[in-house]
Amino acid sequence: MPEDQPLIALRGVTKIYGSGEAEVTALGGINLDVHDGEFVAVMGPSGSGKSTCMNILGCLDAPTSGQYYFRGVDVASITREDRAMLRRHYIGFVFQGFNLLKRTTALENLELPLIYRGVPRGERRRLGMAALAQVGLAERWNHTAAELSGGQQQRVAIARALVASPSVVFADEPTGNLDSAKSHEIMQLLKSLNAENGLTIVLVTHEEDVASYAGRHVRFHDGMIASDSGRAR
Amino acid sequence: MIWNALLLALREIRNNLLRSSLTTLGIVIGVGAVILMVTLGAGATTRITAEFSSLGNNLLAIVPGQENGPPTAVTPFEISVVDKIQREIPNLTEVVPELAVQGVLVNGNHNHNSQIDGTTNAYLHSRNWTLIAGREFSPAEILAGKSVCIIGETDRRELFGDQVPVGQRIRINKITCEIIGVLAPKGVSTFGQDMDELVLMPLKAVQRKIAGNTEVNVIRVLVDRPENIAHVKDLIQRLMREVRHIIPGQVDDFSVEDLQEITQIVTAVTLVLTAFLSAVAAVSLLVGGIGIMNIMLVSVTERTREIGIRLAIGARERDVLLQFLIEAILMSAFGGILGVLLGLGGSAAICYALKIPFVFQPGIVIIAVGFAAIVGVAFGYFPARRAARLDPIEALRHE
Repeated sequence: MPEDQPLIALRGVTKIYGSGEAEVTALGGINLDVHDGEFVAVMGPSGSGKSTCMNILGCLDAPTSGQYYFRGVDVASITREDRAMLRRHYIGFVFQGFNLLKRTTALENLELPLIYRGVPRGERRRLGMAALAQVGLAERWNHTAAELSGGQQQRVAIARALVASPSVVFADEPTGNLDSAKSHEIMQLLKSLNAENGLTIVLVTHEEDVASYAGRHVRFHDGMIASDSGRAR
Repeated sequence: MIWNALLLALREIRNNLLRSSLTTLGIVIGVGAVILMVTLGAGATTRITAEFSSLGNNLLAIVPGQENGPPTAVTPFEISVVDKIQREIPNLTEVVPELAVQGVLVNGNHNHNSQIDGTTNAYLHSRNWTLIAGREFSPAEILAGKSVCIIGETDRRELFGDQVPVGQRIRINKITCEIIGVLAPKGVSTFGQDMDELVLMPLKAVQRKIAGNTEVNVIRVLVDRPENIAHVKDLIQRLMREVRHIIPGQVDDFSVEDLQEITQIVTAVTLVLTAFLSAVAAVSLLVGGIGIMNIMLVSVTERTREIGIRLAIGARERDVLLQFLIEAILMSAFGGILGVLLGLGGSAAICYALKIPFVFQPGIVIIAVGFAAIVGVAFGYFPARRAARLDPIEALRHE
């Protein structure tokens, strides 16, 4: 059984915003398993609950009810601080808007999660340069984020997500701000990281061709999972 | 954790040099302006108080006649009284006999009306007069009542224009008189009187050659310390009653006046200036504080996104807070030190230029730095705390 224990398991997870008349049900009871090494695309129109679901999966937000098992441990109702520690040690993020520190160099951006993990200086440099090399930007290590193009910024953001060797990387519309050529590059990069390094990726998108890079497709509709192509074998 | 926070804080300061310098500048200006205003104000107060003191607030004047009583026959003083006071009254630093008359000064075809005081060198010392040229009276000149004089700046200008007339002669009424000295100008007194319209001559010269008598119409004494004034005044009153044969019950035919008026003015002026200075300090602190607050608030709003990023990649609320606290402390400390240097240096320079004394005020330096540090740290820390308590997602969406 431990062999097949899912990395992530949602059981009856709901998320309700507001209260009384203004109550909005963003998630209406979700069950979802994600296993190590999967590349899952979460799809659906805007307002379908896919972003809410990712925020809960990424421990950026807590569910209203239900259980969230991360490696078998229920983390649905842990404290803010414990959620921060979970993000620090097990989770990487890639955002639509890149969210790098603008006036900070690529390498220092990559060092950030390592500093919070308490990795010593020399090790930080080595890991940072290695991650930059992985996304093909080793020679740009001393450029600030503001000096890089959109595609390059997203590569740095991906490097930052994987530099601390997380269990899973969540990518929220990672190609939303890029043209189709750059989108293709970024998706190729994510796909190869998944295929070659076994990186678990959960991708949120509303574009079919972006989702096509993923091995499994989960579609949301009105706060519920409408379809799930299932775990690829 | 603290070293990591320090590292992150230093990187943030370095990577955002413009923002960091603006924040620091806010603190520098806040601290510097307060110190500058208050130090200059204290210098001006000291200067003004000193000028009032130079009017001589330890002076007592003994004048014939009752100041506010019924009219009595006014008998002027004899010169012997002056010696008696000098011998018998303690705690006096100077005793100054004076005989004041009005006269016309003539040099060629220039003439000018002036007060002429027959007196001694003690006149100069008791009222802080200094000479810009020439010398004081010699003992022989005083004793013999020679026709020599020391003239004030206004008289000099009226009679001689740009010349320094030491050694030249002028006519005073009907006598000819050699100028041996020129007084440093004092300007117009608080009471609107030109203090530089003054000629000093040996007492005997005025008595014999101008007034034609042996009288003294004022005796001024300079008391060594203000707290002895009342005691000395009492002793002089007794001595004078004895000298002038006034029996108990009879009204004095003289009065001893202290210049309480001046003392009161000095006290009042000092009070007003102190109040004014406090107001200036308060306004400067407020303005400086608002400046610091603005920059901190603007930059923290800008940094809400940054806080969101940090939270998303694994910072806890307290990691973010510690970093912001360290940043605020570093910039406040640096800005504070720079502000103190600028404030003190600037006020020293301005004091020098305006010729007012530089009065170091340690109190205001501490208050200014403390206030700026509190404002800087509070407005660096509390908005950051608000942002760090947001959900990371909300902080990230912040534009």
